[in-house]
Amino acid sequence: MSAWQDVCALTEITPDTGVCALVDGKQVAVFRTGPDDGVYALSNFDPFSKAFVLSRGIVGDKGGVPKVASPLFKQNFALATGVCLDDVAVSVRSYPVRVRQGRVEVDATE
Amino acid sequence: MSRSTKRLIVVGNGMVGHRFLETMCALPGAADWSITTFCEEPRLAYDRVNLSKFFAGDTDGDLTLGSADAYARMGVEIVVGDAAASIDREGRQVRSQAGRLVPYDALVLATGSYPFVPPIPGVAGDGCFVYRTIDDLKAIRDYAQTANVGVVVGGGLLGLEAANALRNLGLETHVVEMAPRLMALQVDEMGGAILRRRIEALGVAVHTGMVTKEIVRREGRACGLRFADGGELAADLVVFSAGIRARDDLARASGLALGSRGGIAIDGQCRTSDPNILAIGECASWDGRTYGLVAPGYRMADVAAQALTGTGQGKLGTFDMSTKLKLMGVDVASFGDAFGLEAGAHTLSIVDSVDGVYKKLVVSADKKRLLGGVLVGDASAYGQLLAMVQSKTVLPPNPSDFILPARTGASSGFGIASLPDSALVCSCHNVSKGAICAAITDSGLTAVSEVKACTKAGTGCGSCVTLVKDILNLELKKAGVAVTNYVCEHFKLSRQELFHVVKVGQQRTFEEVIRAAGSGRGCEICKPAVASILASVWNEHVLADPHVGLQDTNDRFLANIQRDGTYSVVPRVPAGEITPDQLIALGDVAKKYRLYTKITGAQRIDLFGARSEQLPLVWADLIAAGFESGHAYGKALRTVKSCVGSTWCRYGVQDSVSFAVRLENRYKGLRSPHKLKAAASGCARECAEAQSKDFGVIATDKGYNLFVCGNGGMKPQHAQLLASDLDEDTVIRYVDRFLMFYIRTADRLERTAPWFNKLEGGLEYLRQVVIDDSLGLAADLERDMRAIVNTYECEWKATLADPDKVRRFRPFINSELPDPSIVHLPLRQQHRVATWNEKAARLGHGA
Repeated sequence: MSAWQDVCALTEITPDTGVCALVDGKQVAVFRTGPDDGVYALSNFDPFSKAFVLSRGIVGDKGGVPKVASPLFKQNFALATGVCLDDVAVSVRSYPVRVRQGRVEVDATE
Repeated sequence: MSRSTKRLIVVGNGMVGHRFLETMCALPGAADWSITTFCEEPRLAYDRVNLSKFFAGDTDGDLTLGSADAYARMGVEIVVGDAAASIDREGRQVRSQAGRLVPYDALVLATGSYPFVPPIPGVAGDGCFVYRTIDDLKAIRDYAQTANVGVVVGGGLLGLEAANALRNLGLETHVVEMAPRLMALQVDEMGGAILRRRIEALGVAVHTGMVTKEIVRREGRACGLRFADGGELAADLVVFSAGIRARDDLARASGLALGSRGGIAIDGQCRTSDPNILAIGECASWDGRTYGLVAPGYRMADVAAQALTGTGQGKLGTFDMSTKLKLMGVDVASFGDAFGLEAGAHTLSIVDSVDGVYKKLVVSADKKRLLGGVLVGDASAYGQLLAMVQSKTVLPPNPSDFILPARTGASSGFGIASLPDSALVCSCHNVSKGAICAAITDSGLTAVSEVKACTKAGTGCGSCVTLVKDILNLELKKAGVAVTNYVCEHFKLSRQELFHVVKVGQQRTFEEVIRAAGSGRGCEICKPAVASILASVWNEHVLADPHVGLQDTNDRFLANIQRDGTYSVVPRVPAGEITPDQLIALGDVAKKYRLYTKITGAQRIDLFGARSEQLPLVWADLIAAGFESGHAYGKALRTVKSCVGSTWCRYGVQDSVSFAVRLENRYKGLRSPHKLKAAASGCARECAEAQSKDFGVIATDKGYNLFVCGNGGMKPQHAQLLASDLDEDTVIRYVDRFLMFYIRTADRLERTAPWFNKLEGGLEYLRQVVIDDSLGLAADLERDMRAIVNTYECEWKATLADPDKVRRFRPFINSELPDPSIVHLPLRQQHRVATWNEKAARLGHGA
């Protein structure tokens, strides 16, 4: 069972940046990559600093894999899976996300 | 799946026992064995070489080598807290102290050694300790709480470690040594003398040539030492570090042959007089002696493992007893034939008792080979010299170059390239230069951490890490991978080249730059670097649409992120001059938004704990009170610190505050490769500390002396005097040129001091460029600076004027709620960030 929740218009997210959304009481970092307009959703929680900050990280790629770098200590997380590229034993939760009629929707059910 | 048929017992789980298990289990023959190991201490193997780190804040875990999980994965059964009590060689079984009977086909003894405590009156009882195990250290630490004076009996390597520990525990510390000098086994008379002076300078009293006769006690408690000459020394805590003795009692009781000076006698394959029993490490006697260093122990462990698995015919050779260590911050190294015992050997040495440095090299009679040496106070050359001894490299024409301070401009001349592949780099793990080079090439290693993981080199005592790094850099250079200063994987250019691309190509956005000169999508390294270059060249607002995604979080929120994701705010206070009304306004803002306030090191006031959505509100109030952004968040000019100068100070010779205000207002907000700090002092007393800044001026009665490229912080560096007795306008002209030249040519995140250190031609060259305009750049540099100065705007004022920019400070795109994860708790009259545990307790669970 899924429960898509409306978060914002795609245009509200500047390409190659992230925003944070509150979905079912969870902090979800939603990223938009440019110029392909990919959208990704990860937990906003950075397991290394234990702060809710991932949406504020710099978006880019490592060897072609889209990723975000934590703004606090710069560990990289793959946008698609949440796996930490610097320490594969660590990962953050990744959530289903889609764009419908220009609106970004996230499913944050378990 | 196990086809184990033979049973192996390892008695002892110290460093060598652990090494044996690791080596053994990695060998192909290991599957034939089922292994049981006895660990007498209550904890698994730990790093005894770095035992003193226990006092430096490391907990038991940080020293741990073995783990229950790792042993389980290797299939080793480990018995903790029980020791072997006797060996039944006939029946081939071991009886433990707890009464276990374990049969064996092969037995490895790795029982180590125990500290020797002289049998003198008074040694038994409270206040006397040894320095061997974590439990020993815990006992010393506890007893030190009620002690004032600590004495270490024994001035060897371990004794000095122990003395440092006592000193760190806050005790008045003495070292008592029987021999006429410290570290008598490793260093010669002069080395011992220099070492002694260095250690005494740290407040440790050294007594050499003293034989301790008795520990004096009062009411049972140790209160002093009595010496053979009748003298006494008051002390309430005594640590014995007078050498070690092999723990060979188990072997002795079971009738194994012992060495003439103790230790279990072994052959070249570590077998004892009973072929089913092997001995390794400090309990073993090879060639008539025992070995108290970890490298020979590791070698024995490897040879024994090979012998048991039939995987190698390795034999023990002669052991290298070279050592390098840092004792109380003083480098001490001794290697090869340190005492010049070989017939006809020459020595060359330098003694510098001013800086406390002693270096001696021992050279063969034919002057062709390095035989050994002693280094005290500076052992940076140890790795290379040791490798030269071991590989018998032919010496270059001037071996004294190795120990003489580097002459300015000249390199040390003789590189690691000339070391043969056979040269031993890591003696702890027996890794040669050839093995390191092979690993680098075969596995494509590019970082020291990878070399360490792959070869184990540098993971023992760590003394060879510098050499490993040099070898890596050399190999990379040879392979053409080259030690590049490329920005990152997206730009195969240095920052300087990238700057040039933007200057010439006139790109104004990251997209244009990466299309012109890079590949991929960029990352957290190149994006802020390019953003900084664009800001230095075009000076557009950092939050303008095309730039916002390039900024590090501090620049993106124009504030400094703190550990919980809140921000701190630092308004500009030019030169540290602030009016009473401004102070009141800052206080009002801090109260209104409940911000923690603190004076910074740069004469400003920092307001901590603002939530992102509060930042625009805070700044609206601050701007209304006349403040501007302080750029504390940016790689930009921060402040020009000042002392009060001639307007008030009776010593001041120039109005340093007015000049500092002028300088700060000129360069405020200037984006650069790294942060920039400056200062202006009103007289030679230098209260503003201008000589530790990126640029600084010191007033003279004729004007100002201009200093550049100083640094405080992590690597303090004294600034260079660029020019003397300048008027204010000339200072500004030179600083314009200097800063722009730095901004154009420095690497990313390179402060002016390391930039200067790499500048070929040094200060003379910098003077030529900045003062004499030798590159014909001066006009260009000044024009660039004028453009930046003329386009300055307060970034916060511009942000508040643009509703789209203000919206970016909301914590959630779809909610006006504040971030619930931010929790602050009271501290003195203010507050602090809650720890994760405190937060979790309040919030239930987080993510």
